[in-house]
Amino acid sequence: MPLYHDDDQTMLQDTVRPFMAAEGSIETQLRHWRDRECKDGFGHALWKQFAEMGFAGMLAGEEDGGLGMGHVEAGIVLEEIGRNLTPSPFLTTSVVGVTALNDASKDMRDQWLPGIIAGDTVLGIAIDEGAKFRPTHIAMQAERSGNGFKLNGRKQFVIQGASADMLIVAARTGGSVGETNGITLFAVEKDAAGLSAEAARLVDSAMGAHVAFDNVEVTADAVIGEVDQGWDVLTKMLHAGQTGAAAETVGVGAGAMDMTVNYLKERKQFGRTIGSFQALQHRAAHLYSEMEIARSTVLKAQQLLDEGDEGAPLMVSVAKAKASRAANLVVREGVQMHGGIGMTDEYDIGLYMKRDRALAEFMGDANYHANRVAEMNGY
Amino acid sequence: MPDLESFRSETRAWLEANCPAEMREPVRDEADIYWGGRNATFKNDAQKAWFEACLEKGYTVPEWPTDYGGAGLSPAEGKVLKQEMARIKARPPLSSFGIWMLGPALLHFGTEAQKQRFLNEIARGEIRWCQGYSEPGSGSDLVSLQTFGEDKGDHWVVNGSKIWTSYADQADWIFCLVRTDKADKYRGITFMLFDMASEGVSTKPILLISGSSPFCETFFDDVQVPKDYGDGVTGYVGEINRGWDVAKYLLGHEREMISGMGGGGGMGSLGKAVMPSLGEDAMGRLDDPLLRAQLAELDVEALAFKAMAERFMDELKAKKNHPATPNMMKYAGTELNKRRHELIMASGGSEALEWDSEASNGGAKSRDWLRTKANSIEGGTSEVMLNVISKRILELPDA
Repeated sequence: MPLYHDDDQTMLQDTVRPFMAAEGSIETQLRHWRDRECKDGFGHALWKQFAEMGFAGMLAGEEDGGLGMGHVEAGIVLEEIGRNLTPSPFLTTSVVGVTALNDASKDMRDQWLPGIIAGDTVLGIAIDEGAKFRPTHIAMQAERSGNGFKLNGRKQFVIQGASADMLIVAARTGGSVGETNGITLFAVEKDAAGLSAEAARLVDSAMGAHVAFDNVEVTADAVIGEVDQGWDVLTKMLHAGQTGAAAETVGVGAGAMDMTVNYLKERKQFGRTIGSFQALQHRAAHLYSEMEIARSTVLKAQQLLDEGDEGAPLMVSVAKAKASRAANLVVREGVQMHGGIGMTDEYDIGLYMKRDRALAEFMGDANYHANRVAEMNGY
Repeated sequence: MPDLESFRSETRAWLEANCPAEMREPVRDEADIYWGGRNATFKNDAQKAWFEACLEKGYTVPEWPTDYGGAGLSPAEGKVLKQEMARIKARPPLSSFGIWMLGPALLHFGTEAQKQRFLNEIARGEIRWCQGYSEPGSGSDLVSLQTFGEDKGDHWVVNGSKIWTSYADQADWIFCLVRTDKADKYRGITFMLFDMASEGVSTKPILLISGSSPFCETFFDDVQVPKDYGDGVTGYVGEINRGWDVAKYLLGHEREMISGMGGGGGMGSLGKAVMPSLGEDAMGRLDDPLLRAQLAELDVEALAFKAMAERFMDELKAKKNHPATPNMMKYAGTELNKRRHELIMASGGSEALEWDSEASNGGAKSRDWLRTKANSIEGGTSEVMLNVISKRILELPDA
């Protein structure tokens, strides 16, 4: 398979890009909801439109009413979400959540997928328990209780956790912190007794949540995958989420890059367009090079995941690490090259820097993934 | 694509039958590379057998047309062959500037008679070519070159000098940029072809910081270059005074080639390779945490560049990429290769400093490390690459 979008994927991109530029723009979505202090942090009307366009259920199987598409296609949507900084439940719900549900029982799929596909339902992904992403460091307890389980513990950095209809929760039914064995995934409904979510607005205006579980009772039917063997499904969720976040990060970097290059062509100082200064030209050219490389890693990771290639996990970590490093350089240089105006809230370049910062922490930053690459390479 | 899959299995079987085990070992020294040419000798029987097998199959230049000594493979088939050769770590059967540089220029600009003669000679490894581009006063500003060819009707008389001429002391012929019109900077250069045995040509190797002398100074003292070698084989490529077009086209190829060599994405993990010598800590990690972190970042960058190179080649074949993309590839690939060799030295510690001991394989690490410093200078410096990216791709304004 050549490492570029095929005709169908190019057609999808040609649909998504203008749609998102019009409906998902910074002005109509991010600033709109932020300035109204929206408690959800995203627009439900756009989420409905995502459903009408078929995006919301694109990764769900056709037998479940989805489109049965792959990570390359999801990445096309995510890149435009990134480019427009669109607040959207797409990554957590349609990518990570649907990946988990695709491995769930028929009953559970029937319970949740129709709502997601229709743009009515939003999921929260509850994995992190500390400030840094460490998926094996799950301490939250799920004790057997009657026919089901009793959940106790705390989760944090649950995006849209306070407004999600259902949370996918990683808890420990066995083993100890640091082990992959003994982790079990649960689907927990938002109104379960003993569950409380405290929303926390993040630097990029997304709504995160701290979620507390105080003797939350779930039945055995709430288990996704196998008891104690949740790591298998969790790994798929993480690969989907990491690759998706990398695609969104490339969109963020590309948007910031376009903005910065345009500014270099407009802004005049010392009687010249500042883009004519070699001190800025070389830095801009370096950013371009980094972004092209990052984009290649993300597409490679998406293709390998879609093919079920055994080399996918390595490339997923390469993609998340490289996209993070590249986009981070672009947004920082973008703010610097904009000069004083880059420090203002009125100008959008700062919003790119904020979004990049938040995306970097989602499911492992560049350091986490570089370390994973070293581990996978045996050192 | 079933056809491509059957080509892959045929290729795999052919390589298995024809590529000797010795030709699957890493290249250790200059003699392990077969360059061809009038004075060529094979290092051993395996090198000879491998070359001859490939020659018969057209695999010294697999994607060239069969009329010119190639195998006429499609780009997709060529990619499969490269992948299969890489899989068994097969060495190239023949290396030459004729294959990498002059060949592509002739395929694009040459006359039929030139192609018939020169391309077949290159494919068969009969003539070893060198490249006469840079001059002492014309490095990054190549178009200012001063070597002059005075028009004498049916021939030119060439005077001047070139520098950084790779292996000029071992080459048979030279493709050379010569000024033929002093009044027009860009449209006053001719891309000439002539024999290094011609009267008035002399070479002098340059000793480099790596201790080797792959480059020469080349001097031209009243060298006669015919405009026609007979049978329509002209002594120049493209049009007279339009050699800069050929040179630019060729620089693009050179940048692709250098970017393909750099990066080291296909070389495997350096961290993994040095783990046994550096040891591991109680957690099973390389026992030097900050070096390990740098090696991890290198792995990320190398694998990322490998993906970039794959995309670049795929897009190139589908004619999808920006024509200035090779400049980006050259920049990123050479900078990455330099970084890799810095870490090879850091991982090797004091043992990597040895310059001529047997244990160090004749100082291979330190010599290779020094050699890589030229990567971001030759074929256009990194700074020139960044200039091209900012002007041609980002379309930033001139000063």
